[in-house]
Amino acid sequence: MATYEMVIGLEVHVELATRTKIFCGCTTRFGGAPNTHTCPVCTGMPGTLPVVNRKVVEFAIAAGLATNCEITRRNKFDRKNYFYPDLPKAYQVSQLYLPICRNGHVDISTSAGDKSIGIHEIHMEEDAGKLMHDPWIDQTMVDYNRCGVPLLEIVSEPDMRSAEEVIAYLTKLRQTLQYLGVSDCKMQEGSLRADVNLSVRPVGQTAFGTRTEMKNLNSFKAIGRAIEGEFRRQVELIEDGGRVLQQTRRWDDNKGASFAMRSKENAQDYRYFPEPDLPPMEISEDWIAQVRAREPELAEAKIGRYQREFALTAYDARILTDEKPIADLFEAATALCAKPKEAGSWIMGEMMALMKEKQVLAESLMLDPAALAQIVTLVDGGKLSRQSAREVFAYAFDGGTDVAGYVKAHGLEIVADDSAYEAILAEVLARCEKDVAAYKAGNPKVFGFLVGQAMKALKGKADPKKVGELLRKALGE
Amino acid sequence: MELFDLTALELGAKIKKREIGVVEVTRACLDRIGEQEKTVHAFITVTPELALARAEAVQRGIDDGTYAGPLAGVPMAIKDLISTKGVATTCASKMLEHYVPVFDATVTKKLVAAGAVCLGKTNMDEFAMGSTTESSYFGVTRNPWNTARVPGGSSGGSAAAVAAREVFYALGSDTGGSIRQPASFCGVTGIKPTYGAVSRYGLLAYASSLDQIGPLTIDALDAAAVTRTIMGRDEMDATSVDVPLPGMPAGDDLTGLRVGVPEDYFGEGLAVDVRARVMEAAKQLETLGATLVPVRMPILDYAIPAYYILACAEASSNLSRYDGVKYGYRPEHFEDLHDLYLTARSEGFGAEVKRRIMLGAFALSSGYYDAYYNKALRVKALMKQGFDRCFEQADLLITPAAPTTAYALGAHTDDPIQMYLGDIYTVSVNMAGLPGMVVPCGFDGEGLPVGAQLIGPAFGEGNLFRAAHAYQLHTAFHRQYPGKKEG
Repeated sequence: MATYEMVIGLEVHVELATRTKIFCGCTTRFGGAPNTHTCPVCTGMPGTLPVVNRKVVEFAIAAGLATNCEITRRNKFDRKNYFYPDLPKAYQVSQLYLPICRNGHVDISTSAGDKSIGIHEIHMEEDAGKLMHDPWIDQTMVDYNRCGVPLLEIVSEPDMRSAEEVIAYLTKLRQTLQYLGVSDCKMQEGSLRADVNLSVRPVGQTAFGTRTEMKNLNSFKAIGRAIEGEFRRQVELIEDGGRVLQQTRRWDDNKGASFAMRSKENAQDYRYFPEPDLPPMEISEDWIAQVRAREPELAEAKIGRYQREFALTAYDARILTDEKPIADLFEAATALCAKPKEAGSWIMGEMMALMKEKQVLAESLMLDPAALAQIVTLVDGGKLSRQSAREVFAYAFDGGTDVAGYVKAHGLEIVADDSAYEAILAEVLARCEKDVAAYKAGNPKVFGFLVGQAMKALKGKADPKKVGELLRKALGE
Repeated sequence: MELFDLTALELGAKIKKREIGVVEVTRACLDRIGEQEKTVHAFITVTPELALARAEAVQRGIDDGTYAGPLAGVPMAIKDLISTKGVATTCASKMLEHYVPVFDATVTKKLVAAGAVCLGKTNMDEFAMGSTTESSYFGVTRNPWNTARVPGGSSGGSAAAVAAREVFYALGSDTGGSIRQPASFCGVTGIKPTYGAVSRYGLLAYASSLDQIGPLTIDALDAAAVTRTIMGRDEMDATSVDVPLPGMPAGDDLTGLRVGVPEDYFGEGLAVDVRARVMEAAKQLETLGATLVPVRMPILDYAIPAYYILACAEASSNLSRYDGVKYGYRPEHFEDLHDLYLTARSEGFGAEVKRRIMLGAFALSSGYYDAYYNKALRVKALMKQGFDRCFEQADLLITPAAPTTAYALGAHTDDPIQMYLGDIYTVSVNMAGLPGMVVPCGFDGEGLPVGAQLIGPAFGEGNLFRAAHAYQLHTAFHRQYPGKKEG
């Protein structure tokens, strides 16, 4: 049996974080009652016309510059014609002939080493609406709220050879777009969608095999599983003497299998032609320079700065900058408490553990940076034990902001008065007479037990170091 | 002078001087519509209640100074493919029989702001596809000069309404001659402004890169006044352009004006009477001081096929939204989504519309795109270059508007190609995006009007108005209307 390699290219759609839609003034906000974020233009009422939102063009230029693309100076839009109820004009305004960005690349690192993944093109287009079937009345309803939300389609070259490379490319792409502020890239809300084009070939062969396009991939994990699954399917097909058909397939992550949606034979003819309602658009050198000048600090730059300014390790800096919402949280909390190491360690330790446990994504974090800063300050000032702080942190992680109020209400503040301790310690020592005797007889291990008993009696609201000191004093040392 | 002998501007002046009231004028027009519609049928919808309420409001606005423009209070009509909020806008199609827009077109808004009193929506060829107004789902419009003849199209209702003096001016739209050819057939003045001069927002698109809204009027001064009212860059139309308004024409001195006479527009197929009348008009311009210059437009031979490919290609996409899902005609019974599309569009569109959608979809389909659509785009570019060369030698061109005068109803119903060929002199102007104006220049042997077309360079409307106005100061064809033949 020959050894096969997979050849993968990605088509990534990202929804842009503009305030308004691509061709009208409607809001792009997610959610909202059906058909409330609409107007005659985005619902394609007869006689309406599109006007390009300049912010969309700027975001496309920013994405192109950050992925090392050439920016097309004379831009045109084209119409992609097809009938579907979620597409009210029966054509999608997109860019076929002159996409705004071409010939770029994104650099990734994987266990196989460093690699550059080519970007074939980036083009602008409008999103469609959403169909919802109501089983009670057996009717399908259309919600046009997403209609006209601006999208970038980022088409890679078929340069990836493993699921790991694909995930690394997507992670890097998402990180870059998030840092640019171009998109929030929330896969769950569909603001980042990736279609995987995959073919296989015997190792050593240069010609490409027949590819399939996989849709409906809702998470990085699903993408990883779909790639492995499709690779196996194609190899088995070929080994069994069959051949791969060029088709679009839908991945079902629950079943762990893909199903054919349509094949090339019945592919639609989209009858593309230049959109006559939008005149060609010139992108000047000046405009590009302005976008370049406004480029925010990207992850690589932050990693360097965190090491210099905050004396963090490269490893920690990388973890903190992996996702923009986390870097934002870290920077905001640090600005308030001036303790980058401590803020960073809470984020990388407690917070990431809770994210994993509660399955919270970075973009959905509710932790208030001011709350985190306050926790760091309280612990650092000896006002809150680490143990109590974890409890407060859990409260803040769920969105609580009144840290002082919580500490007070739950009586978590460390008792500062020595006399309050002494009374409780005396009680503990009296209760543990035998253990005190053992300690005095020369068994040092018992000391830890006594501290534990004291902490218990203090309900954890004490600084263990301080308890130790007072205990030694009480034992007459 | 009788009310219906007035032009729009003359009426506007009388209203301003309180010699006549807006309500009174509106009632008179509604009465005349009641009479004329029995034979002409220029309207799809007449809105008497709305019009009278509007007339009262406009009179108050004139009295308190809100409406100070020259057209305030003048009754007019709007072609039924321009959106009017709350009033059905049907495109003369079964597909949109009950479609009521929720917004006004930009031109509608501008006219409302100028104090226009709209009496209704005029008939047209379905989706503006035709040259006779016979393809309307709501029945044909008849030429007021001879009711056995077509009024031309697609703005046949607007042209007939003005010719029959049911209104003092009307808005039309022109994709390949749809203002100019009916103006010629009905003996009224009409202009298709430069592409981009007037906002298309709210115009139900036929072919977006060629469509342009313009007025059909009694004379050149009215045409200039309405054009100035509706022109201008619109934030809602990315293809609209910001240019200075052309001035109102004055005087009859055309000294220094070079008028090109392209011999290609006077070749085979042109009716003898039409040629004679247009040449007489050219001579009249010469008498007023203009110089006649022979020019050539050999590319004209390719105008018709290229135009029909481009226009139909865009139409096939523009009309796809009429799918029975959101608004417009929906069959009572359908099996599934595909059947809904199929039935809604098969039953909702007429034959000519379906013919053009199929032609356009074919021209854009994969494998044929280069042979048809791209080649037609190249012809379009050459057409523009051809005109550019003409305008090196001339300030404007004079040509016939159509090869014939109004023909009999039903003459081309079974032969669309013959009808398409009638667009030969007008489609090239749309393809080059130029302004084209038609002025009445006499009658043929059967007493049917003939129109002369004036073509200018882009945004050269000013010279068209100047020449047309000078010409009309010395002729009376534009003052004549059926039943009032003596100027």
